[in-house]
Amino acid sequence: MSHKNPAISRGVDWLMIWLYVALVAIGIMSIFSVTYREGESVIDGFLKLRSDYGKQTFFFILSLIIGLTILLTDSKFFTATANIWYAMGIFLLLLVFPFHTEVKGTESIIRFGSFQIQPAEICKIFVALALAKYLSRVETEFTKPRSQLIAVAIVVIPALITIAQKETGLALVFFAFFLVMFREGLPAIYLIVGFSFAVLVVATLLVEKNTLAIVLTVIAAIAVYLSRRQIKRNRQLLVTIAAIWLVCVSIQRFAVPFMFTHVLQKHQVERIFSLIGRENPYAAINSVEGEVSTTKDTDYNVRQSKIAIGSGGVTGRGFLKGTQTRFDFVPEQRTDFIFCTIGEGFGFIGSFVFLALYLFLLLRIVSVAERQRSVFSRCYAYGVASVFFFHIAINICMTIGLAPVIGIPLPFISYGGTSLLTFSVMLAILIRLDADRQMVLR
Amino acid sequence: MPVFNQSRSTIIRLIFLGVFLIIILQLFNLQVLSGNYRQLAMNNAVFKKVVYPNRGIIYDRKGKAILNNTIMYDLVVTPNEVKNIDTAALCTLLQIDTAEFIKRMVEARIKNGRYRPSIYEDLLPPDIYARLDENIWKFPGFALVERPVRVYPFDAAAHIMGYVGEADSNIIKRSKGFYMMGDYVGRSGLEAYYEGVLMGQRGVVNLLKDNRNRLVGSYENGAFDTAAIPGRSLQTYIDIEVQQLAEKLMAGKVGAAVAIDPKTGGIIAMASGPNYNPNDLTGPNKQKNYGRLVLDVAGPLLNRALQGNYEPGSTFKPLGALVALDEGVITSSFGLACNGAYYGCARPVKCTHKNPGHAANLRIAMANSCNSYYSHIYRLTVDNPKLGTRKGYQLWKEYLNTFGLGRKIGVDIPGEDKGLVPDTSVYNRVYRNSWNSCTNLTLGIGQDMMQATPLQLANAMCIVANKGSYYLPHFVKSIDNEQASDTLLKKFRVKQEVLTHIPDEAYEAVIGGMQDVVDHGTARVVQIPGINICAKTGTAEKYRIIDRKRIKLKDNSMFVCFAPREDPKIAIAVVVENSGFGTTWAAPIASLMMEKYLNDTLRTERLKEVERIASANLMPSYLIRLQFIEDSTRAFKWFEMTKDSSYIKKYINREYYVPPVKDEPDRKRSALNTRPTLFDDRKNSLKRPTA
Repeated sequence: MSHKNPAISRGVDWLMIWLYVALVAIGIMSIFSVTYREGESVIDGFLKLRSDYGKQTFFFILSLIIGLTILLTDSKFFTATANIWYAMGIFLLLLVFPFHTEVKGTESIIRFGSFQIQPAEICKIFVALALAKYLSRVETEFTKPRSQLIAVAIVVIPALITIAQKETGLALVFFAFFLVMFREGLPAIYLIVGFSFAVLVVATLLVEKNTLAIVLTVIAAIAVYLSRRQIKRNRQLLVTIAAIWLVCVSIQRFAVPFMFTHVLQKHQVERIFSLIGRENPYAAINSVEGEVSTTKDTDYNVRQSKIAIGSGGVTGRGFLKGTQTRFDFVPEQRTDFIFCTIGEGFGFIGSFVFLALYLFLLLRIVSVAERQRSVFSRCYAYGVASVFFFHIAINICMTIGLAPVIGIPLPFISYGGTSLLTFSVMLAILIRLDADRQMVLR
Repeated sequence: MPVFNQSRSTIIRLIFLGVFLIIILQLFNLQVLSGNYRQLAMNNAVFKKVVYPNRGIIYDRKGKAILNNTIMYDLVVTPNEVKNIDTAALCTLLQIDTAEFIKRMVEARIKNGRYRPSIYEDLLPPDIYARLDENIWKFPGFALVERPVRVYPFDAAAHIMGYVGEADSNIIKRSKGFYMMGDYVGRSGLEAYYEGVLMGQRGVVNLLKDNRNRLVGSYENGAFDTAAIPGRSLQTYIDIEVQQLAEKLMAGKVGAAVAIDPKTGGIIAMASGPNYNPNDLTGPNKQKNYGRLVLDVAGPLLNRALQGNYEPGSTFKPLGALVALDEGVITSSFGLACNGAYYGCARPVKCTHKNPGHAANLRIAMANSCNSYYSHIYRLTVDNPKLGTRKGYQLWKEYLNTFGLGRKIGVDIPGEDKGLVPDTSVYNRVYRNSWNSCTNLTLGIGQDMMQATPLQLANAMCIVANKGSYYLPHFVKSIDNEQASDTLLKKFRVKQEVLTHIPDEAYEAVIGGMQDVVDHGTARVVQIPGINICAKTGTAEKYRIIDRKRIKLKDNSMFVCFAPREDPKIAIAVVVENSGFGTTWAAPIASLMMEKYLNDTLRTERLKEVERIASANLMPSYLIRLQFIEDSTRAFKWFEMTKDSSYIKKYINREYYVPPVKDEPDRKRSALNTRPTLFDDRKNSLKRPTA
């Protein structure tokens, strides 16, 4: 490589940088096609920061500057200060409670004059760093339940605080870090149990409760029948099967209804039921709060989003030609539903290429992670990959009707300064750590 | 230790791949497999605004526009733009109260939403428009929008022209989606028959709208727009002056007058009484006026020229004579000794003449309109020894069908009735198979079950005048820019040589007889100097069941004629219901129409005659009774429904009571003026839209 400043560029993964630039460019272009109106001065839009695409470009440049600063930092700085960052993140999160500003139903934003930040968004970086730091500690033995519990706590504490701020979407992102723990040896059984729990919850929503109880009982009976020989030798197995059965039935009978009536917020319940196309059976309980039903709004968002993406067809309707996204039919179009613009404007082929870029970036991050000698770098890289993956998967699934509408942005694409800066910083730290992969183990 | 978990990176990669694959599959499903999303997006964003072309204009034979277009104004409102307006001032201008104002604003919001304009008041009367136009700047959110409206400059030919109205669900269904809600469609008359020609071609402008239905610009710069093509105009045979004269003469009478040019089949005039002003069914008060016309028992909306069924009476005699001559049962020199009645059957048929020799031959019998003579030749025709009564009658009936009686002729306005010439099966049923030529003897003098419309009678006169041929009667001479694909007029341009097999001598005998009727027979009143007119009067008996009693009404005054004899240019049939002899009312009306048409003007001494007939009120008195029954019944139903006694009160009062009619009622003119109506329409000034 022939770079003029070998000190900075040595070991830097240019492929990731180009992917990053390409994605941000697509993002600005998408925001442009949503907000640009015929007859506007494009140059004014960019230079005077009047338009959303201008602001996004400004944040892109800001991200580049911060990214460059990070590349100039010593990689040891991040390992050394990870815990301090984490503590500061938690502090920021807690600071929200007394100082938040009510914006569109969320209580997670602090505003200083015209500048506002969302600590839950930024906190992802700190959790990724702190988790990597903890897992890379020499004294940490991740096979021990105590270590596993601490690791889980590092992730779950900010998640719980975020839930308390009515930002369930951003809180869920923290659970992406379980992928990092899985990579670092968290027994697969946890993921399997988690997955089974998810299946059970979905089944509870879809299947009539008595039918599901019967099905569960039949499954338990079949399990007992199939393992009758082992049971003869080991009575405890029967007890285990019976216990699993009891847990399943109680989850289905009590835990899920409790979750839907007491834990989740009304609009979230509505969104989940609108996704699966059912009437909300807990509506009566939820509506005690006296709110107006939001089902129609949620349905409307997803329907308009699907119409937008579907109308793109194979080749798309062309840049600035999409009527759905040009005329505000899809709400939250610049932010959470930005993928509609790509789907409508560039069709299946465009969406495919776009997703391929994303997948390429994710797989690149994973392979970068695997080439690290340092556990810290690897864990951090997996943290980045997990967070990106979770954002991308949930956001796009939401726009095409595969996931309930939870407001999380599409990395590098969605309009929003905090989110673009956060993702850029995450990636920049990763590139910095990767550039120093030849250094001794930390 | 971490090395042991190396394989887990593969699992993570597989998870990433798996989720992306699911996303790709769903995208494939949405974007490639489901085809309707593009349409849904178009429905969301593209508003197809229909551009209505001007309807075609209808001209009379001299090129005067008798049905034209004008502009009226609708007041429209865009609710979200209405801010800080002086509501009271607007209400005063529109002559409404504040409650009505609020009601209409709410309706507008419900109908088209806050961001799209809705009609606030349609078809503003000219005076309100003038006042609003000056002040409209004071009312942001309100605007005056042009709207093309049909106008009838001569206030005439209502039944011929017909009217346009909004397409109802039936029309929309029948048109298989061509018409949409809110489209205007010809609902009767030429407007309906020539709808396809007059309406032109609607244009479509594709406009983009945003999520609040606001229009934000044109779609693809109008690449998919289509221009509206104006409707084509119609040139007709109508002579609007003759038409106006006919309508004037038919005023205050129940009946019809039809004038046809025998050379072309072109209808010169067609008036039906009672009549209405066609401009009442356009413009601001159309709904109100329509209601008034529909509720009138005299049936002003009925076109009696096409839909009135009348016993032709003596006006049938020329046809009966032609059939008998063609069948060879008589010759023109055949004579009958009549002394005041026909005694061939059990029931004598009275004749108005007693003097011997008044039926010495066909021509003389025609001039004197001898009932005995025509009853006899009817019997001769039907009891044709070669065929027998049944077949003889059937043949006679077919002759009449050929003359255009008892079937729809096929004129170019909808709603034609076919009249009645009963089949043998009808008589078989009524008389249980036991009937003969005596049973329906009065068919020979145009009575019994025979019924014909004035149009049919006029058309039959054309056949006689043309000696056996005719053109289907029609109004429209040509369509502007006529193309080969315009098939509407094709059938009207074919000469129908239906009865040319009847020898000319037969026609000459009958036509001679008809001329004698005018020269020295029953229709001497119609004479016009310098023109040889052939005519036949008729006086048909009339009964009607009123209050479950069969009432003998005054005779219908009938008249048919054509002129000039040598070169027929006009054939006329006139019916004036319940007014007496054919000579008294129908004949002078026809005479004036002929004179006006043939000489293009009326002699000054005739103008007095016009005024005399025009001012004669011959509305049958039983109509007052019928209106009373109708209105009081409706008032009663209204009372039953709403318990609102405001309407029914009036009918309980003895002062307003109308007694049942008796036979041959003597007419009380004054009663007509105080005729009770359910809805007082005197306040409803019948204004004509000003261009």
